[in-house]
Amino acid sequence: MAHQTPRTPFSPARSNTNANQRPNSLTSAAKKAKPQLDRFIPSRSALDVDVSSYNLLKENASAEELPQRSEYAKLLEETLGTGSSNARILAFKNKAPAPPEGHINQLASLYTQNAGNKPAKKAFRAVPSAPERILDAPDLMDDYYLNLLDWSSTNVVAIALKGAVYLWNASTGSIETLMECQAEDDYVCSVAWAADGKHVSVGTSSAQVQIWDVGRMKQVRALKGHSARVSALAWSGTTLSSGGRDSNIINHDVRIREHITGVLRGHEQEVCGLKWSPSGQQLASGGNDNLLHVWSATGGPPMHRMTAHTAAVKALAWCPFQANLLASGGGTADRSIKFWNTHTGALLNSIDTGSQVCALQWSRHEKEILSSHGFSQNQLCLWKYPSMAKVAEMTGHNSRVLHLAQSPDGVTVCSAAADETLRFWKCFAEAAPAKAAKASVASSASFLRSVSIRATRP
Amino acid sequence: MSKQAQATRNTITLKGSTKVVSEFFAYAVNSILYQRGVYPPEDFEPQKQYGLTMMVSTEPGIKKYLCSVLEQMSDWLLTGSLQKMVLVISSVASKEVLERWTFDIQTDKAAVKEGKPAPEKPQSEITKEIQAIIRQITASVTFLPLLNDRCSFDLLVYTDVQSAVPMEWEESDARIIINAADVKLRSFNTKVHKVDALVSYRAEAEV
Repeated sequence: MAHQTPRTPFSPARSNTNANQRPNSLTSAAKKAKPQLDRFIPSRSALDVDVSSYNLLKENASAEELPQRSEYAKLLEETLGTGSSNARILAFKNKAPAPPEGHINQLASLYTQNAGNKPAKKAFRAVPSAPERILDAPDLMDDYYLNLLDWSSTNVVAIALKGAVYLWNASTGSIETLMECQAEDDYVCSVAWAADGKHVSVGTSSAQVQIWDVGRMKQVRALKGHSARVSALAWSGTTLSSGGRDSNIINHDVRIREHITGVLRGHEQEVCGLKWSPSGQQLASGGNDNLLHVWSATGGPPMHRMTAHTAAVKALAWCPFQANLLASGGGTADRSIKFWNTHTGALLNSIDTGSQVCALQWSRHEKEILSSHGFSQNQLCLWKYPSMAKVAEMTGHNSRVLHLAQSPDGVTVCSAAADETLRFWKCFAEAAPAKAAKASVASSASFLRSVSIRATRP
Repeated sequence: MSKQAQATRNTITLKGSTKVVSEFFAYAVNSILYQRGVYPPEDFEPQKQYGLTMMVSTEPGIKKYLCSVLEQMSDWLLTGSLQKMVLVISSVASKEVLERWTFDIQTDKAAVKEGKPAPEKPQSEITKEIQAIIRQITASVTFLPLLNDRCSFDLLVYTDVQSAVPMEWEESDARIIINAADVKLRSFNTKVHKVDALVSYRAEAEV
């Protein structure tokens, strides 16, 4: 092999030096080889190769073509309806007797006895494609790493617009200014409602975490601990976790004077996503370092460190109907939504959405998840879980949809986008009526019980 | 057995083939009527044929109808003018066609016209092919939609245009099912007649 010249791709396999050689090399080769003939190698010069090969091919072609042609003709006849012209359709005049009156197909007992009606194929809900309401949000900062929108359990939407936090009451439509930053360059980086809906925490660019009492419109506390802007906040009972650009996550117990109960170090860059699990046992954090951490409420090093994302992890959402299920979405370079078992740290599913994932919200009443995206459609996508079939796509925003918040009844979702608008989408299903009825029965039963207890009291 | 006897057994004459085909039709129609539950099962009795136990109607009306239809059909088979036999199952109430069992017949014209002997094919092989079709008819219950309504059946016959229409027969339309789902069944070949079976049924509307 070493002596031969190397064969390059696309070059002819073997080039003959004789350029004038006829393409039909068989005959010429045979002619050349004539002197070396022996009795085992027949002389082919006597054969007319061209004619015989033509004959061979012709034979094959006719054999192959005929059934095809007849098949085609039959098909043509059938489709054109000309076939019936050469046939007469006849039926016997005296028809067969009909089955006795009241005869029921005995197969019915075989196939329909216990089966009941076939369960109706559940069609996807009609999801309105247009927002229900649009609010202006001037000066909303176009910064992927901030968390500027939250919806309280008392139906109040808190939105941070540059240096101020506004409260929009979704029941009455009234707007109030909660706070404004003192310094000129300061801006609010994050807002988060406490579960009671009476307190809201605000993270600022001056590395402060403030807690405000909404009823009195007064600041209750200022929590220090960060050295850079506080871009993510998450409540769990009386614990407030804050993540900042200093890549630390600090757990504050808001009741006590020495409020810092833990500093979670694991990220290398800004923490932009922070969510407590519904059980309050686990804290998920996503950072600009493409890392996703799951922390235990009891402290210590991260339980799990997920490195599967290839861009900043901002969108985080804990599944409300399945424990230990976390959905996370990656930034522009990643574009995927990933599902994690936070008990084992296993990656359950990952889908490429085709666009930056800015925020995620699970539906409370259906197994669905809503994601908001950036360039190029700036859309909201509603997915079925776990099939991840896309149920609906809602467009309307003109710029990336940075934040999502869910109403307390779990039906409406508010989206805040860099086009400085808030849009309200009624995209989630309402609670099943059967469930609601059951709940009301249960509550009335407990009410009765309480009455009877009171009555038996001396 | 002599060699001569062996030879006659393996080639089929036109008459013999006609008998095989019309007998097959009788059993096939009876099987379909029983398997699809068109008539109550009490009206059927078991009969051994083709190595299978088949249900054959005892209802005098059906027997008479089938008898006369098949008699005429064998005449057509002998002249080679029969192209198709179709069993139509339709709802009594709505007259809607629910199922259509088509038996396409291809006749070896040479055997009919010139009385040329057909190529050899053992009887056992033909029986085996017929057996397969009857088995498929039996198995079809599993995929065909349930006939919920009271149904009646009709036999349509496709003949050559040249052939005369007998007194007891009338022209009919094709009674084709719109949006039908077709399932091709097996076929059998006596070397004189080739019978292809096909069932089309009303596909359930996709929701």
